[in-house]
Amino acid sequence: MELSSSLSTVRARRATAARRLLWSTLPVMVAAMVVVPMVLLVARLLHPTGEVWAQLWGTILPEMIRNTLLLMLGVAVITLALGSGLAWLVTAYRFPGSRIFDWALILPLAVPTYVMGFVYMATFDFAGPVQTTLRAWFGADIALPNIRSGGGAILVMGLTLYPYVYFLARAAFREQSSSTFDAARAMGYTRLQTFFRLVLPLARPSLVAGVTLALLEAMTDFATVRFFNFRTMSEGIVHVWQGMMNRDAAIELSALFLFFALTIVIVERLLRGRARYYQPGRRTRQITRVTLVGWRKWAATATCTAIFGAAFLLPAARLVSWTVGDLSNVATANVLKTVYLGYVVRTFALAATAAVIAVLIALILAQGTRMNTGRFGRAATRLATMGYALPGAVIAAGVLITVAIIDRTVMSASESLFGINPGLLLTGSIVGLLYAYVVRFMAVAYNSVESSMVKVTPNMEEAARTLGATPGRVMWRVHLPLIKVGMAAGAALVFVDVMKELPATILLAPFGMETLSMWTYMLAAESLWESAALPSLTIVIVGLIPVMLLMRVGRMATPGGNQ
Amino acid sequence: MNRSIAYLRPACRYRAVSLAVFLTVACGGAADSPVVNIYSTRHYGAMELMYAGFTAETGIEVRVSHGNMHALLERLRAEGEHTVADAFLAVDAGGLWLAANDGLLQSVESAVLEQNIPENLRDPENRFFALSQRVRSIAYVPGRVDPSEISTYEALTDRKWRGRLCLRPSTNVYTQSLVASLIAAHGEARAEEIVRGWVANEPEYIDSDTRILETIAAGGCDAGITNHYYLGRLLKANPDFPVKMLWANQDGRGVHRNVSGIGVTAAAAHRENAIKLIEWLSGPAGQAGDDSGLPGSNLEFPVNPDVDPHPIIAAFGPWTADPMPLAEYGRYQADAVKLMERAGYR
Repeated sequence: MELSSSLSTVRARRATAARRLLWSTLPVMVAAMVVVPMVLLVARLLHPTGEVWAQLWGTILPEMIRNTLLLMLGVAVITLALGSGLAWLVTAYRFPGSRIFDWALILPLAVPTYVMGFVYMATFDFAGPVQTTLRAWFGADIALPNIRSGGGAILVMGLTLYPYVYFLARAAFREQSSSTFDAARAMGYTRLQTFFRLVLPLARPSLVAGVTLALLEAMTDFATVRFFNFRTMSEGIVHVWQGMMNRDAAIELSALFLFFALTIVIVERLLRGRARYYQPGRRTRQITRVTLVGWRKWAATATCTAIFGAAFLLPAARLVSWTVGDLSNVATANVLKTVYLGYVVRTFALAATAAVIAVLIALILAQGTRMNTGRFGRAATRLATMGYALPGAVIAAGVLITVAIIDRTVMSASESLFGINPGLLLTGSIVGLLYAYVVRFMAVAYNSVESSMVKVTPNMEEAARTLGATPGRVMWRVHLPLIKVGMAAGAALVFVDVMKELPATILLAPFGMETLSMWTYMLAAESLWESAALPSLTIVIVGLIPVMLLMRVGRMATPGGNQ
Repeated sequence: MNRSIAYLRPACRYRAVSLAVFLTVACGGAADSPVVNIYSTRHYGAMELMYAGFTAETGIEVRVSHGNMHALLERLRAEGEHTVADAFLAVDAGGLWLAANDGLLQSVESAVLEQNIPENLRDPENRFFALSQRVRSIAYVPGRVDPSEISTYEALTDRKWRGRLCLRPSTNVYTQSLVASLIAAHGEARAEEIVRGWVANEPEYIDSDTRILETIAAGGCDAGITNHYYLGRLLKANPDFPVKMLWANQDGRGVHRNVSGIGVTAAAAHRENAIKLIEWLSGPAGQAGDDSGLPGSNLEFPVNPDVDPHPIIAAFGPWTADPMPLAEYGRYQADAVKLMERAGYR
C-alpha cells in the first residue's frame, strides 16, 4: 500500500518533470522554426555589398527613411485618434445609428490597403471623376491638392488600418467595469475628463497593441506607397532587389528595416510596461451609455458616417460599379464563370489553413512564455513574432532559402540511404507558402492569444495548480475557455491578412495555386481597374465573414454586450 | 472545353503533405497527358484562348503559373534543375536576358523559329525569342502640342516642357528599359544629362501608362511617354479618345522598342512540347493580329513579318525601331536604375 503510493508519487514526479521539459523545449523549438528563415537571411549580411550602400546613402535612402518616419507618425496619429475616439463614441454613447456603427466601423479591416489605394487614386487624382467634376464647375484653373503624395498615402493607410485600434480599444473599453468609471464621475470628473484620465490609460495595452499592428502593416507595405509616389524603406527593398537586381543589398536594407521594426516593438513593450490591469472581482456591468441629444447626437452620427463612408462605402461602391461594368462584357463574363469559384475556394482554404496553424503555434508560444520565465525562451518568442515587421518579399526569400536547404538535405540523405531521388519536396509546394504565412503573421496570432491570456489572472492559475491540476489541464479547463475569444480573433485576423497578402504569395505560390490577391494585383498593375474590381470585391466580402464572426464572438463573450 | 482552360486544371503536385483540403480543391488534372508548364509574367490579353487553340491542335495541355518577373526568376533559381517550368514567358527583353544570363534558359535549334522570327528579335544564342513588339513613345493631344516639337525623347528636356509632362516612375521596368536604351545610344554621361533634363521639367510621375494617357486627355499634362498598346486599348473602348501617339526619333536611331518573349528553361522536363508551343506561337495562328493571337489580343505588333498588325495600331503608322540588340536591355537595366536615382528621377 505504502509502496504503491510512493511509486505513484515517483511516477507523478517523473510525469511532471517530463511535462516541464516538454513545455520548456516545445516553445523554443517552435519559435526556432519561425526564426530560422529570418536568421538565414541576416546571415547573408556577412558579405556586405558596400558599393550599393554608398549609392543609396548618397541618393534615395535619406528620403526613404524620412518618408518611413513620416508615414509611421501620420498613421499612428490617425489610427489612434480614429480608433480610440470612435470606440469610445460607440461604447459610451447612444445616438442615431450607434448600434450599427458599433460593428460597421470595423468593416474597413476587410479592405486591403492596395485596393483602397487604387480606388482612391482612380477617384481623386487629376483624371478622376471628382477633380474632373470640380473643374467643370469652377473652371480648369482651380487648384486642387494632389492625391499622389505622402499625404494621400497616409490618409489611405490611416483609413484602412484604424480598425486594428478600434477593435482592440472597443474590447478594452467594454471590459472596463462601470464601478471605476462611476467612482471617477462621483469625484467630479466630467465624462470627457474620465475618458482621458482613466479610460484611455487603463486601455493603454490594447491601444498600443493596435497601433503597433497598424504601424507594422504600414511599414511593410510597398504596393500602396508606390501608387502615391511615396518612397519608403519597404518600397526601397523591393526596388533595390528588383530594379537594381541586387538581392544582397536588398537584404542588408531589410536588416536596417528590422532595426526600425525592433524599435517599434521595444517601444510597445516599454509603453505596455509592467502594466497589467486586472479588473478586480466580477465584471459587474459595463459603463453606462448616455443618450446624446441635440446637435451632439447629429454630430456623432455625422462623424461616424463620414469615416465609415470614406473607409468602406466609397471603395465598396466603386468596386461594385466597376464589377458591374466589367460583367456587362459577355466575353469577360464567360471567362469569369469558369475560373471564379476556383479562386475563391483556393484563397479561402489557404487562408483558413494558415490561420489554424498560426493560432496553434501562437498558443504553444504563449503558454510556453507563461510557464517559464526563462530569458532564452522569452527572447525566442519575441523573435518568432518579428516576421510581422518584415516585408513579405523578404520573408519569402528567407523561406525559399530554408526549404531549399531542407530539400537538399532530404535528397542527399534519401539518395545515399535508399538510392531514390525524391526531387524537391518542399520548394514550390504549398508547405513553403504556408510556412511564409505563419512566419509573417505569427505576431497577429500571438498578440491576440497572449493579450487574452493576460485576462487569466495569476491567482486563477495558482488556484488551479494548488488544487492539483496539471499544466495541460489548467490550459484546457481554465485558459481555453477564457482565451477562446482571443484565439478566434487571432485566427480571424490571420485569415484576413493571408487573403490580402501579396508579395510572399507571388513568390511562393505553387502551380495552379493562384489566389484572389494575385489576380487583383496582376490586373491593377496594368491599370485594368474594372477587371481588378471583382477579385478585390471578393476579398472584401470574404474578409467580412471572419470580421463579422469576430464581432459576434466578441459580443457573446462580453457580459451585457448582446443585449 | 474544360480541358482547354489552363486555369481549371491546376497541377497536382502537393507531394509533401497531404493536406486533404488542398488535394480536393487543387488537384484533378490527368497526370499522364502531354503537358507544358509555363512560368509567365504576361497576364493580359486572351492567353487562355490561345493556349486552348494550341491544345486543340496538338493535344498538349498548357499549364501556367503567373507571377511578377523577379519572383519567377527567383523561383527558377531556387528550383534549379528540379524546376517544373518548361518555359519562361516575360514581357520585357531585360528579364529574358537576365534569365538567359543566369543559365536558366537553354539554346533551341529550330528551323521554324528561325524562319518565323527575324534575327534581331531572337537571342544570338537562341535562348529566347520575341513573340510580340511594343513601342514606347510620345503621346500628346493635337492642338495643345505641335508634334514637330516633340519628335525625340531628347527634345523633352527643353525648358518649354516645364510642368507639362507626365512620366512613369523609375520603379517601372518600361522606364528602366527606355533609359537603358539612352545609355546604349549616348553613353552614361549624356544619358544622365537627358534624364536630368526631364527631371528639371518637374514632370508629374504616374505609375500607370493608362492613367498617363487619361491625364493627358483631361488636360493634366500635355505630353507623356507610354507604350503604344495602352493608347490602343483606350481607342478600342472609345474611338474618339483625343490623345495621339507619335513615333519618336524617326530621323535618328529610331523609336524605343521592347518585346515580350519566351525561352525554354535549362531543366525543362517537357522540352519538345515547349518548343512546339513556341513554334506555334510564332506561326500565323499564334501571331494573329486580331483577338485570337498573342500580339493582337493586346494590340501589340507581331514579330512574324508575314502577319499584319491590328487595324487600330496599324493606323498609328509605320515605324523604325532603335536597332539596339535585345541583349543590351538587361545589361544596362541596373545602371539605368542607378542613373535615375542620381538624377533625382522618382
